[in-house]
Amino acid sequence: MVPTNYYVILSAILFGLGVFAFIFKRNIITIFMSIELMLNAVNLAFVAFSQALGKVDGQVFVLFVIVVAAAEAAVGLGIIILIARNRQTLNVERVDLLKL
Amino acid sequence: MSAPLVVFFVLAALAVIGALSLILQKHPIHSALSLIVVMVALAGLYLLLGAEFVAAVQIIVYGGAIMVLFVFVIMLLNAGVEEHTNLSKMAGAPGLLLVVALAGFVTATIAKSAENVHAAPQTGELASTLGISNMIFKDFVYPFELTSFLILVAVLGATVLAQREKS
Repeated sequence: MVPTNYYVILSAILFGLGVFAFIFKRNIITIFMSIELMLNAVNLAFVAFSQALGKVDGQVFVLFVIVVAAAEAAVGLGIIILIARNRQTLNVERVDLLKL
Repeated sequence: MSAPLVVFFVLAALAVIGALSLILQKHPIHSALSLIVVMVALAGLYLLLGAEFVAAVQIIVYGGAIMVLFVFVIMLLNAGVEEHTNLSKMAGAPGLLLVVALAGFVTATIAKSAENVHAAPQTGELASTLGISNMIFKDFVYPFELTSFLILVAVLGATVLAQREKS
């Protein structure tokens, strides 16, 4: 048996790497991928606790998270296509219309 | 070291290396391929946890559908190597500080509550999928139906966003 702690620590590491990528990457598509990485990290914690508590609630939540992630990916990539078409760039530093 | 522990460490190393590679790669398509490695490793971990249905969904939906969508968009937009611009002032030192603080907080919380989580006795292998279907179609049937509505709205939204404006 693998202790539940190990899974949760791995989940925290992956989430931290996702936050790091979210802050430091410049490409809008890569930033979007780091959001998916964070969602995946949370899913791992859900499944680990679901197994630790002997209930399947956590796994049902993971399925809902995956559905929301799929919807988010579809809409988000549509927005990215729109940004790329209007601004001719994928660099978030150059999408600064709201900047003073 | 027992066999599940070895499998866990191999898959965990694979996931962390994939996540690091996502950060270090300069080209978005390489980042996308690294993310696929992370997702497959996580699917293996779900199998190790006895959540075979979630593992299958992870491979099909994440590794398949979502990542294909990503790769599609990268190719459609002809995304090149990441342009290196100066970080904004907020994303520099405060960002790194934030990441370290978050990781430290999570680790401290886990370390404090470590003794409260005890592994429950392993239930039957098929009980997990049976339990999920019971739960989705009995307790969570309305949220489950709502997700289909959500998907419909997402499809409509993506179509409207990505269509060309009439000139």
